[in-house]
Amino acid sequence: MYIDESSTLEACFNQLIETLLRQKNPTEEFTVKLSSEWSQFTRFNHAKVRQTGCVTDGLIELTLMQNQRSSFRHFPFTGNWEIDRPVATTALAELRDELPQLPADPYLVLPSGTSSSREVHLGNLLAANAVVPMVLEPVAELDFTGLYAGGLVVKAYADSQGQKHWFVTDSFTLDYSIFSSTGQAVKGTFAGTAWDMEAYAAKISEAKVQLNLLGHPPKQLSRGQYRTYLAPAAVADLVAMLSWGGVSESNLQQGSSALALLWRQEKQLSVAFSIKENFQQGLVPRFNEWGEMAALELPVVKDGVLVNTLVNSRTAKEYQKTANGANASESLRAPEIQMGCLASSQILPSLNTGLYVSNLHYLNWSDRPSGRITGMTRYACFWVEDGEIIAPIENLRFDESLYEFWGDNLLDLTNFQEFIPEVGTYEGRQLGGSLVPGILVEGFKYTL
Amino acid sequence: MVLSELTKALTHLDVPADWVGIRAVKETSTTRNVRDGLPQTNGKFATVGAMVEVLVDGCLGYAATNSLQLSSLQAAALSAYKQALYASKWSIHPFNANISRPKVVGEYISKFSTPHDALNPQEINALLSKICQTLKVNDKIVQTSASANTSERETWFVSSNGSEVYQKFLLLSTHYGATAQEGSIVQQRTNNGWQANCYQGGLELLNEAQLWGKVQLVGEQAVELLSVEECPSTRTNLMLAPDQMMLQIHESVGHPLEIDRILGDERNYAGGSFVKESDFGHLVYGSPLMNITFDPTVAGEFASYGFDDTGVVAEREYLIREGKLERGLGGKESQSRSGVPGVACARACSWNRPAIDRMANLNLEPGNTSFAEMVAGMEHGVYMEANRSWSIDDQRYKFQFGCEYAKLIENGKLTKTVRNPNYRATTPQFWQSLTQVGDGSSWEMYGTSCCGKGEPNQAIWVGHGSPICVFADVEVFGGGG
Repeated sequence: MYIDESSTLEACFNQLIETLLRQKNPTEEFTVKLSSEWSQFTRFNHAKVRQTGCVTDGLIELTLMQNQRSSFRHFPFTGNWEIDRPVATTALAELRDELPQLPADPYLVLPSGTSSSREVHLGNLLAANAVVPMVLEPVAELDFTGLYAGGLVVKAYADSQGQKHWFVTDSFTLDYSIFSSTGQAVKGTFAGTAWDMEAYAAKISEAKVQLNLLGHPPKQLSRGQYRTYLAPAAVADLVAMLSWGGVSESNLQQGSSALALLWRQEKQLSVAFSIKENFQQGLVPRFNEWGEMAALELPVVKDGVLVNTLVNSRTAKEYQKTANGANASESLRAPEIQMGCLASSQILPSLNTGLYVSNLHYLNWSDRPSGRITGMTRYACFWVEDGEIIAPIENLRFDESLYEFWGDNLLDLTNFQEFIPEVGTYEGRQLGGSLVPGILVEGFKYTL
Repeated sequence: MVLSELTKALTHLDVPADWVGIRAVKETSTTRNVRDGLPQTNGKFATVGAMVEVLVDGCLGYAATNSLQLSSLQAAALSAYKQALYASKWSIHPFNANISRPKVVGEYISKFSTPHDALNPQEINALLSKICQTLKVNDKIVQTSASANTSERETWFVSSNGSEVYQKFLLLSTHYGATAQEGSIVQQRTNNGWQANCYQGGLELLNEAQLWGKVQLVGEQAVELLSVEECPSTRTNLMLAPDQMMLQIHESVGHPLEIDRILGDERNYAGGSFVKESDFGHLVYGSPLMNITFDPTVAGEFASYGFDDTGVVAEREYLIREGKLERGLGGKESQSRSGVPGVACARACSWNRPAIDRMANLNLEPGNTSFAEMVAGMEHGVYMEANRSWSIDDQRYKFQFGCEYAKLIENGKLTKTVRNPNYRATTPQFWQSLTQVGDGSSWEMYGTSCCGKGEPNQAIWVGHGSPICVFADVEVFGGGG
């Protein structure tokens, strides 16, 4: 699907780079980033179609650097050189006009690498006319809601030093919830490069089993501390917080990281807790905004110790550190948490009495320097007594420090991981996801 | 681009739909960001594209393209037609173009007096750098930052039932802040919370005459917070400044009143609402002092406009009057589906996303009490300014919010400064405990450009105005691990 369009786009991208290289002055450097997609978005509610459509989008970010100054222009990129050439020419002229007006930037990073890469992951997605019946027919009698997002995504990079990276993936995500008549819900994601009807039907069958459990009247719990099992999807939400004032070296240097206490060794995490960047699955590009390739693996916290922060080249220059291929925001792109010993069959017996939390919602730092996060439980969460699920719960607010739930209060991690796909679509379809186990925690704090 | 060109393109589209509309958007934004006096980001974003929307057998379908060539629009029209056709059997509601996309002709243009290019890039960087230098009141300030973002956005909407709308918006948002650190204590203070100074207009909004005193104060307060006590954990009167009321209104009034949430559209992403369709016209949402208006007509407020993105004329409406819920935040599609009275609020963040129910300007109308009177009449309370943390559940019921800066109110006076102030409550109980609403002298408006919602996701700009307000018997608390 759309593979011809991506070939046309690549040819046009190459023309753009060749043109820029020809027009480049000897003292100028540039980087070019491309982000394009051909996507179908079909939104469901009550097992009906709420909105459906397609988006063809593409944009270039051209950054020009000269004399320690830089500026960028984002502009549309259609893959039709007759349309795109004058737009690019205007952008270059504007940048040349603007640069002399800007102050010098001592930490400007010029492209300097020699790496190139090319990854094309073809898929076998549903045809446009098949999406609605394939998704809805198995759930027609359920209160099904969610979004199918599928199609081709292209990410590319090139620069004045001759580096070029080209990444194409043809994939889909179906992010859904199925609601019970009491307003409780089972959450699921189904993602890949080819639609597997059998696998989808199996996911829906599993969800129906959980829905039966949700049929019981919900239990209202008072605030307090409860032994809690956080399923992988909930753990993925906690991991995402590390990309917002957590693992970034610049955040640490500038006083805005929740891991500063760990960094200064004033607090510790559990020796059972390890997290790394792992690009082995190839779901997201390894290249960053300067064309640098991240290592296939980078340990961040190992056995409870912060062994690496994410350091991009700009931060490295400013704070005299060694860059490790981090992106501009020094955020996790392919996080993986190491497994523990807790078998699936032992989750409920080990939890014994407490809360089984499937998902979390709307997390925010309530006190970032202390590592304290607040948020809500969401979807299929249960009260468990003596290893038996008793009832779903009314949602609870938690307010807890990561130095507790990944520190002294971490009892175990599951001996399996789940891949939780990134389903975000702000500005464009996001790629990748996190590979995480569930965790069993003592005394998790619920406040409302 | 002019409307006549788009209307002409519309007449050339060959598609067997019952209704066709084209909404084109062209937006150019600049961003300039300085940290510790040094440039971090300078650049310009330009986007242009169109969404072709069609109605087939009561089902709406769309296709969006970043090429405005006729051949691209034609391809988009056919693609949208197929989307609608394939889904029509499964459509959630039989939409009618004359109801959901009424004919409208008109124009809206933001008022301004000083154009955005009145300062060149060098001058803006110099201004931002000077703000950073002023924020650094002493060595305990470990980071300073300042930014200015401008945007010029034009939209065109034409349809097969005769609509022709042109709108042009000039937007400006500014931000600055300082981080202070002493040992393991870190505190941040900004001008009214993260990116809250968002307005419609030109560079006249920079108002340098009042700028420098406020910048200095932000730096001083960041340092002050290092050595004060934690906010006490207690139940007391909570007085909120307009720069926190913005967030309070947004999260606990705006989102729960969105009719698409109430209809369940957002349950898989942003969530539902504790408000039910049957609550409109009946529910006592807050105390009799609570008057909430949807008002896209306020000059200079961030989300003012003449028409929503389905072409509905924007007008001021009361959503909550004297505490009673009257009307929801729902565009014509949601009104058709629910039967609930709504407003002109079907909005899209750009050409590549469909319109959904959104806040625009959502304001708390002023009351009759001055700030001085509120303080003088209070035996004990906490006064909080500027949001720094926000979280609310998927029904918009249980919330916890944190602020940058607070002062105790003791025996009718503002006394000690306290740090890490937070509060938590449930929405109906909180608004029913609204005991005082400030008069017009304390009414201020702010905004945000990144209200997230929708599948596919959209971040959109909204405005919120409010006076200082007092809520009784609220649980407040401080920070710590």
